[in-house]
Amino acid sequence: MSDIFFWVFSVMAVVSALSVVLNRNPIYSVLSLIVCFFSIAGHYVLMGALFLCAVHIVVYAGAIMVLFLFVIMLMNLKDVPEFVSKWWHFGAAGAAVAAMVFGLATHLFQSYNPRVIGDMQLKPIAQALFTTYAVPFELSAILFLSAVIGVVALGKSE
Amino acid sequence: MFDFFFIIEKLILISAVLGITLFIAAYSTLAERKLAAFFQDRIGPDRAGPFGLLQPLADGLKFLFKEAIIPAKADRFLFVLGPSLSMLAACMACAVIPWGPDLMLFGRTVALQITDLSVGLLYLFGLVSFGVYGVMIGGWASNNKYSLLSTIRASSQMISYELAMGLSLIALVLTTGTLSIREIVLGQPGWHWNILAQPLGFMIFIVCAFAETNRVPFDLPECETELVGGYHTEYSGMQLGFYLFAEYINMFISSAVMTCLYFGGFQMPFIASLGLPQNVVALFGVVFFFVKILMFLFLFIWIRWTLPRFRYDQLMRLGWTGLIPLAIINLLATAVFQLCN
Repeated sequence: MSDIFFWVFSVMAVVSALSVVLNRNPIYSVLSLIVCFFSIAGHYVLMGALFLCAVHIVVYAGAIMVLFLFVIMLMNLKDVPEFVSKWWHFGAAGAAVAAMVFGLATHLFQSYNPRVIGDMQLKPIAQALFTTYAVPFELSAILFLSAVIGVVALGKSE
Repeated sequence: MFDFFFIIEKLILISAVLGITLFIAAYSTLAERKLAAFFQDRIGPDRAGPFGLLQPLADGLKFLFKEAIIPAKADRFLFVLGPSLSMLAACMACAVIPWGPDLMLFGRTVALQITDLSVGLLYLFGLVSFGVYGVMIGGWASNNKYSLLSTIRASSQMISYELAMGLSLIALVLTTGTLSIREIVLGQPGWHWNILAQPLGFMIFIVCAFAETNRVPFDLPECETELVGGYHTEYSGMQLGFYLFAEYINMFISSAVMTCLYFGGFQMPFIASLGLPQNVVALFGVVFFFVKILMFLFLFIWIRWTLPRFRYDQLMRLGWTGLIPLAIINLLATAVFQLCN
């Protein structure tokens, strides 16, 4: 049963991720990215990480992608001008993707075991965030705060 | 492999919950019109059936048989997707609401809840933010400047009020110590309701609930004096019906959520001391739960026909400089209080 869902979510994730890149219309790209996030959230559910799934939806699909959609709607980019590519553009992009896939394949996927995060629920995550990872957690909070202040400063200077 | 009775039980429960949700949403449209008529010293709809009781049916039929027009310059796929997403998000929320205490039927314990997610509160919060897409996609796909303006208003309003709503929920979670809605309800036995522990949090939450459901005084997205009809200007037929109906479902669901989170859900004072059998207690709980929900629905309608609409800058100022600081203060006070206990 969960194998069927695994394949459904996987195919959804790959197809929607391809559609993000290949779609000419930026609105459809954003919507495909949202579908992609939902299929990844489905994978989290299959691994039993309900909290991760809910936070993933709330943060990525609920907040960040709404802002993406918002900006793209405001700019109304219906016809994106044809992008003229040089040969080294393709070369650089291909090399970067190849390096990333190679890195993932040799390091991450070797030790990839989806059952590991099975019981990662709210309390262990909170404890880890506020004890072991307290410093990086607070540092990222400062990073977000600086982004907020930066936006206000930019908005005021107009 | 599968527990056959479990599947049957859940299927019955899902159909019943969806049916009741749609039924109440349909009849709250009638209640809205009847109460509006009462507040304005009119009679209201009284043609369809006795006292106009068949009016929702007549409205539904009218929506079904009207021509659904898709504008020539609209994006056809997204134009249909928009109202469907609104309806989907509205209907999905009833899955985590505990409608009553456990029933004992044929030797089985039947939970009157479709699923008791350990992260039920986050699930609801995710659906609230997901609901924005229905409005955004539909408004953009209409290819109409008024729809687009309204879409931008709606999404910035929803994002702004989500923040204060989330902060007030965090304060609630600090006092209850759980994200499961069932456990939150079970943690308020008798009259020990969370409203007593979180009065300010509840005030913030209810204001945000009004803003998230686009109800007066926060119905800026469908402000007909400025924006023709708001994000559904170009819609007709059942697609328009979906948008309008989703608002009533959202009203019902947010009433149920407020009851669960702050007013004890199905918990009834003094029922435990009567010594009734469990099934009777459960039925009383369900009835009492619906009484509380109906009172919230009345509040929604009462406010709509009493208060005028905010101006857009006032709405934003209230959200960002009023509710969010208040919610942060509430959160800090709750945290300090919890730490001292």
